[in-house]
Amino acid sequence: MEAADALASAPKRSVGRRLADLFHGRRLLQVSGLLSGPLAWLVVGYIGSLIVLLVASFWSVSALTGEISQTFTFDNFNTIFTEPVYRTIAWRTVRVAALVTVTDAVLAFPIAFYMAKMASRRARAALVVGILMPLWSFYLVKVYAWRTMLSADGVINWALGPLGLHGPGYGTTAVWLVMSYLWLPYMILPIFAGLERIPDSLLSASEDLGASPFTTFRRVILPLAFPAVVAGSIFTFSLTLGDYITPQLVSNSQFIGNVVSTNITNNLPLASAFAVVPIMIMVIYLLVARAFGAFEHL
Amino acid sequence: MRFSRRSKILLRVAVAIALAFIYIPLIVIAIYAFNSSNLLEWPPPSLTLHWFPEAIKDAGARDAFVTSLKVGAAATAIALLLGTLASLAVAKHRFFGRETVSFLVILPIALPGIVTGVALSDTFTQVLGIDLSLFTVVVAHATFCIVVVYNNVVARLRRSSASIDEASADLGADPWQTFRYVTLPQMSTALVAGALLAFALSFDEIIVTTFTIGAGEQTLPIWIFSNLFRPNQIPIVNVVAVIVVLLSIIPVYLAHRLTREEEGVAGGRGAGAVATEATAMP
Amino acid sequence: MRGQGQAARLAWLIAAGLVVALFATGCGSSSSTGDRNTDMAQSVGKGEGELNLIGWAGYVANPWKSQFEKETGCQVNFKVGGTSDQMVQLMRTGQYDGVSASGNASARLVDAGDVSPVNVNLVPNYKTIFDDLKDQPYNTFDGTHYGIPHARGANVLMWNKDEVKPSPTSWDVMLDPKKAQQYKGKISVYDDPIYIADAAVYLKTHQPDLGIDNPYELDSKQFDAAVNLLKEQRANVGEYWSDALKQISAFAGGDDWLGTTWQYQYFALLDKGEPMDTSGETQGFVPKEGATGWSDTWMISSQAAHPNCMYEWMNFIVSPKVNAEVSQYFGEAPSQSLSCKPSTLTAAAKAAGLPENPKFCDQYHAADQSFWKNVYYWQTPLADCGDSRGDECMDYNDWVSAWTDIKG
Repeated sequence: MEAADALASAPKRSVGRRLADLFHGRRLLQVSGLLSGPLAWLVVGYIGSLIVLLVASFWSVSALTGEISQTFTFDNFNTIFTEPVYRTIAWRTVRVAALVTVTDAVLAFPIAFYMAKMASRRARAALVVGILMPLWSFYLVKVYAWRTMLSADGVINWALGPLGLHGPGYGTTAVWLVMSYLWLPYMILPIFAGLERIPDSLLSASEDLGASPFTTFRRVILPLAFPAVVAGSIFTFSLTLGDYITPQLVSNSQFIGNVVSTNITNNLPLASAFAVVPIMIMVIYLLVARAFGAFEHL
Repeated sequence: MRFSRRSKILLRVAVAIALAFIYIPLIVIAIYAFNSSNLLEWPPPSLTLHWFPEAIKDAGARDAFVTSLKVGAAATAIALLLGTLASLAVAKHRFFGRETVSFLVILPIALPGIVTGVALSDTFTQVLGIDLSLFTVVVAHATFCIVVVYNNVVARLRRSSASIDEASADLGADPWQTFRYVTLPQMSTALVAGALLAFALSFDEIIVTTFTIGAGEQTLPIWIFSNLFRPNQIPIVNVVAVIVVLLSIIPVYLAHRLTREEEGVAGGRGAGAVATEATAMP
Repeated sequence: MRGQGQAARLAWLIAAGLVVALFATGCGSSSSTGDRNTDMAQSVGKGEGELNLIGWAGYVANPWKSQFEKETGCQVNFKVGGTSDQMVQLMRTGQYDGVSASGNASARLVDAGDVSPVNVNLVPNYKTIFDDLKDQPYNTFDGTHYGIPHARGANVLMWNKDEVKPSPTSWDVMLDPKKAQQYKGKISVYDDPIYIADAAVYLKTHQPDLGIDNPYELDSKQFDAAVNLLKEQRANVGEYWSDALKQISAFAGGDDWLGTTWQYQYFALLDKGEPMDTSGETQGFVPKEGATGWSDTWMISSQAAHPNCMYEWMNFIVSPKVNAEVSQYFGEAPSQSLSCKPSTLTAAAKAAGLPENPKFCDQYHAADQSFWKNVYYWQTPLADCGDSRGDECMDYNDWVSAWTDIKG
């Protein structure tokens, strides 16, 4: 009786229920509903802004008034591709970005491996917190600390002085050093997560089959951890590619970001044209990274 | 796996070097926070606690701190919303363009800050004709914070099984109820971790902020930048940095504890969970 | 793979649509035709209670800043600009009321319509400004006044006298590659395209066959010579500076030993007890070739939210005692002739906590018109050479791209 009564007086279909019925089974509708917000924001808002930038790169600017004239021209791209200084700067930036990435990968791997495979649970937790905390200290303060450390009367020269050496001082080497420092945690964590996913049994099996630790590293660990390394490299590479504050504070070298920021004021079209270069580089880098499966390790 | 004594020692040394590398500059900052001279010479002539009350009294620093909190909170809220929506779509359904969504979401953070900053700034001032202000900063920050929430939640949702959702439906729950009582609790730790990281990202951001902030406003990084070379302010800047790092122990530890509770479910991943979640940021 | 293709098509569609939309709306860019602004105030009303200024480091400081705030009730918010480019950019946002513009900013601001003409009848203290500062090409355009002269000075050579010996009398210690090599990595150079003019001033004396007259109007031969000189200099440069305080900390920390600077940094370093020196007073504080310099003008924004406060500021800053305070504080020649009365100079120095110096104006050649003929005020390079060469000269865009080239 109760069951029948319950069925007879079934609750009225609320709006929520009706809406749910509408969406039920209609996957496209569900997906569109969920994605409409984020997509509108990202595609219309962000990609749209990038397109505005791209369009501006085809304009030109009056020398005196700084007024932008919207006549279409390839002049800016012509400038950055033909004048050697822009190639020098772009190449310098890419070179340092690659160096920083390699340096961080080399520095990060041992500590990530230790954390993943050798540390006790307590030590691992402590190390994770220890790696994450410095990320909370401000980027600017860290770079400025390096600036004072690298200064002629700074810590590094003070420490190396008695040994008869001196630090690199300011310059592109300093930029490489500081950037390697800044982005190291962003490389450690993905590699750590990636190494953790490698079952210990695989490593034991490799050992049982007679592989030396180095061979195990080379043929088992490295290939399995590689996508994670690529994931970390996305950040080290892109962060170095676009930074202009660190080069300004610890060197005289111009990086892509410096040229863009100097020209933003007076020659927005040229700055936009030059900004297209890191965009293209990163889009290609991301596509390659995705092919390596790095997106699973982010 | 057995490790030879030698490789154990080598690894330990490598870890020590890496940790030293990471922490020495921070120690230098801390020492400067106690430096009695404001000239940043090395070694510092003497130490003093004098700058700490100065920093707390500094109105510019306090205002900037509050502004950063407001911007961070707003940006995190938006990122939580948009990131969750996107990750739900991607994790729960198969549809064309699924991979493109991941690509789109990571783009704002993968492209150099100056590109994002200039592009957004131009769109605001030239195309939309709106003045730069805290609102534009929040929009910019939210844009690159989405990926942090998205990655965390997607990773979390991937680990949970679809059969739970089906069981919930079988028990008579409509999709909203399933979301509220089943999916949301599953995601909660990922949401918190994502929110913490998004907040951290926004709190420390300088480049995009420089291009999208109004003339009269200052977030904490902007305040630091404007005070970096003022001799009287440098020690205060260092003190502010030290205070923030110390304060950050709380959220970092929180995030760690929250994700550690999942150890049972996720099969002993332990701190790896924090790491996975933590890695989703630049 | 099929999904990928469709996703790509979708993305292209969206992008194409956006591009069409953008072009259709003309991208909504400001349609200003670059016309000069001609609105001029006819009276000064009650102060609005606030004032937003952009200026060079040290131009708006206590005691005169708080004195102004007390007298007028206008609270001053001061933003320091490191270079003229920065000031132009900030003025373009329309969020500031006024700026202390040097000649390489003023013309750009006027032609872009970012500043309004100034009604000098509303600025009583203007009458007694030195005559050779009035109606100049950098503050008066087609007979219309666009600003009130603040002060003028030269870009000076400064060195650490413990490290740089013998004391230099010429710019060659920085610009002659052989001499500059001695101080490799310790030289500090102003990070702005306008510095090319300094190389031109040097070449005017050392390579007279180039025929350089006005260092801001250079034809391609003269320009290339200056640019090459600076490219050679780069190897010896320790730092390119645009933030005055950054330069001070670099000299104090021993990273730089000599460089081009303003009196402001020189005095600040002396205050810290650093062993700095600069060209002698008898030379007018500049090396023997002469120097570039600046004559700064307070200009009012065409979008000023607080125009009354701005007019009050402009009158205040060139009042005799205040102008004497500012000039002595920064180390520049006052624009106000009445500031040079010894009693005014002394009273001003006392108020600003500076050593009394009734000879200040003589030292800084404030009233010496012939001295300023050898100081080449910053001005905006134009294609129009202003002489028989016609339109042959390099314009500011050329200078900017050359500067990127020089720094490498």
